[in-house]
Amino acid sequence: MGERKPGDRERAITSVAKTSITDSGEKQHTLLGADELILNMGPQHPSTHGVLRVKLKLDGERVIGSECMIGYLHRGVEKIAEHRTYQQFAPYVDRMDYVAAVSNGLGYCEAIEKLLLVEAPVRARVIRTILTELQRIASHLLWLGTHALDIGALTPLFYCFREREEILKIFEKYCGARLTTHAFRIGGLQYEAYDTLEKDVERFCKNFESRIVEYEDLLTQNRIWLGRTKGVGILTSAEAIAFGATGPVLRASGVKWDIRKAMPYAAYDQYKFEIPVGTAGDTYDRYLVRMEEMRQSRLICLQAIENIPSGPILAKVGKVLKPPPGEVYHSIEAPKGELGYYVVSDGTVQPYRVRIRPPSFVNLQSFDRMVRGHLVADVVAIIGTLDIVLGEVDR
Amino acid sequence: MQAVTQGTIEFLKLYWAPLLCGVVIVAFLPLIVGYVVLVERKLMADMQARLGPMRVGPHGLLQPIADAVKLLIKEDIIPEDADKLVFWLAPVLSVGAALLSLAGIAIGPAFQIAKDINIGILFVVGVSAMGIFGIVLGGWASNSHYSLMGALRSAAQLVSYETAAGMALVSGLLFAGTLNITSIVEAQRQQGIWFGLLAPVAFFTYLVASIAETNRAPFDLPEAESELVAGYMTEFSGFRWSLYFLAEYTNMIVVASVATTLFLGGWLRPFPRTQWLNFLDFLPPLLMVAIGLYCLVRVPKQPARVQQFFMVAVAGLCFFLALVLAVPVLVPVVNPSLAAGVKPLYEGIHGSFWFLFKVSAYLYFFMWLRFTLPRYRFDQLMRLGWHFLIPLSIINVLVIGIAMIVGTYLHLEGWWLLLATLPASIIALLIALFILAAEQKSGQQQAGGAASDSYAG
Repeated sequence: MGERKPGDRERAITSVAKTSITDSGEKQHTLLGADELILNMGPQHPSTHGVLRVKLKLDGERVIGSECMIGYLHRGVEKIAEHRTYQQFAPYVDRMDYVAAVSNGLGYCEAIEKLLLVEAPVRARVIRTILTELQRIASHLLWLGTHALDIGALTPLFYCFREREEILKIFEKYCGARLTTHAFRIGGLQYEAYDTLEKDVERFCKNFESRIVEYEDLLTQNRIWLGRTKGVGILTSAEAIAFGATGPVLRASGVKWDIRKAMPYAAYDQYKFEIPVGTAGDTYDRYLVRMEEMRQSRLICLQAIENIPSGPILAKVGKVLKPPPGEVYHSIEAPKGELGYYVVSDGTVQPYRVRIRPPSFVNLQSFDRMVRGHLVADVVAIIGTLDIVLGEVDR
Repeated sequence: MQAVTQGTIEFLKLYWAPLLCGVVIVAFLPLIVGYVVLVERKLMADMQARLGPMRVGPHGLLQPIADAVKLLIKEDIIPEDADKLVFWLAPVLSVGAALLSLAGIAIGPAFQIAKDINIGILFVVGVSAMGIFGIVLGGWASNSHYSLMGALRSAAQLVSYETAAGMALVSGLLFAGTLNITSIVEAQRQQGIWFGLLAPVAFFTYLVASIAETNRAPFDLPEAESELVAGYMTEFSGFRWSLYFLAEYTNMIVVASVATTLFLGGWLRPFPRTQWLNFLDFLPPLLMVAIGLYCLVRVPKQPARVQQFFMVAVAGLCFFLALVLAVPVLVPVVNPSLAAGVKPLYEGIHGSFWFLFKVSAYLYFFMWLRFTLPRYRFDQLMRLGWHFLIPLSIINVLVIGIAMIVGTYLHLEGWWLLLATLPASIIALLIALFILAAEQKSGQQQAGGAASDSYAG
């Protein structure tokens, strides 16, 4: 203690924060002539969805500036790739967006298949589609539960987890793992589908139809929910494109862009589905878009299980993968947006470079634009609506 | 010296019963609050498709005791830069105010610690509002941004909603003509109708305002765990934290008791003066018997021997309560000459049953709302308070007053008073809806520019 006076630490933190947030470095005076308040949110905070750290500059409770500080979950995934063989790296991608591991795996496997110039068999592609769409529903359910929890509705979280559990059970039956599944293999599938896969998926889809109506009953027309989400965190279509936003964040702003339609992969070209698009680009529209996406994913699953073609599940790729020298970029529509893999091969068994374009990281860039002028309570709503996973942001 | 001893003895002779009651309340309230929390967790679990606490004791029934022990032996952390004296004082203030306000509450005609205060309800409301000092000081003394914001929110919220709650109480008090809690209930007995039915708008206003005053969802902004971590309690831990918790739940019980006393007929049974509904007196013992029988039916389905014993014990307790409740209503039926003798017994036992029943129903409603609704934002909360509830409650006082005058001229009494007050309530509601519509219109116009600044006040 000694010479320390009360408030010393406070002042020290504040002065550091000021130099990094304000552009001019000058003291800004707010509405009532008071100093602004620097509030540090995270990395340990109940609703920053992991270890996001946000430095907020506040006028009372109004946000006049923000800075996202990331990297608390950095594991150097891209560097690890350079020291593993192509197959060895596959389980690592599951740990990026750990609530949508199947989608990560699909993107990686397809990228390497592109590099190898092979194509997965039809049966493998259909099963991949089913599992990936289930994963999209699971990921959106987790988003819905936590987003509602951030805004103060306690109950939807448990309903969402109940549904998500059903999906995780299907994954567990298929490959033995629930979260970090490593379900696919380069060139096709790791495992043959188990006997009752179609039945399980069908039962889930049937239940889910009425369950999603329940969630909407709780929230969609709720006055408080409308008040908390409408007009909050508006992102116009031009801004969304400029920030490079993808996925539901982009579509809620009115841009009809979905890689499943634009550049079909897996078996998406065989199925009919709609791309829900919002108009206002606010939190409420993003909510509606994701809800509708869950319904569409359900429809895709139902179409896919109707006719799963028979045949092999693995293309002939050999035990040792040595892609020809070259580079490839392949992207898929992950639940959170465009998930891209840029892989450079130098002809050896290890990739020369793997660059991953994570949707969460890019979507997070629009955070500052969205929170300015809103209240502290809206900050958590906006973090929730961006649907970020820090494992993916920091890699 | 002798005079002092003599004085003390005189004092004790006069006040031994209230003192004892006070000690009992301070000793048992934490336990009661603990079980209210357990009930809340169980209800929440029921609504969320899960089981809730199940580990400590049969069906988690010893969980509150385990929690209390855990909180007591936890490390007591005081932040380095905190104002230590205020930090120490704040939770004590909060819990002190809450416990003190309980003294004014009458659970039955016989069970009241501070008996016959002529400003009874004012005392309760005033003292319980003192608890806000504990919150504001606690938030300030923590020297943390989150705590400070929680405290600021809490202060603003209480000031706004205390007005609406006060005006709602005035509407009810107009019928009673007194602030004395016992007299308020007696007035409802004389009218034969609850004031909540005579002034439904006031009851509704008080309901909403009391949720906001006790910082419960959807108005739990001072705590708002997803925004402010834990608001004003962020830096508090262990026993200090549990004092805040105790204060919050005690306050819930206090506001529920006030609402019960003024709007729901206090310890009176429903329709206290309607003769042909006298069979309602048999409802409490029958209810207890039904619960006991249900427990017995469920006994074979319990998985463990301990739980089976426990269910039988609960059933036994229910039957015992049924017996206690049945005595005062059965004795007059068997032997009418004893009717006058058991009257105080009836008032005491059935009075507390109905009072606690109504308070529980009120608390259940609180909890139900918490599990269902998202949280308001601060500016929305302020707008709801200042632009809707306060005008509504003031208008309601005016129209209820006019209705009272009309009622006096036409010599309306009891249920006939509804003829005057119902149109008055409808008028108040219509005006309020009109205000709300106008408010929404102006809100939409404002939304064109930057975000509206209703927070600035």
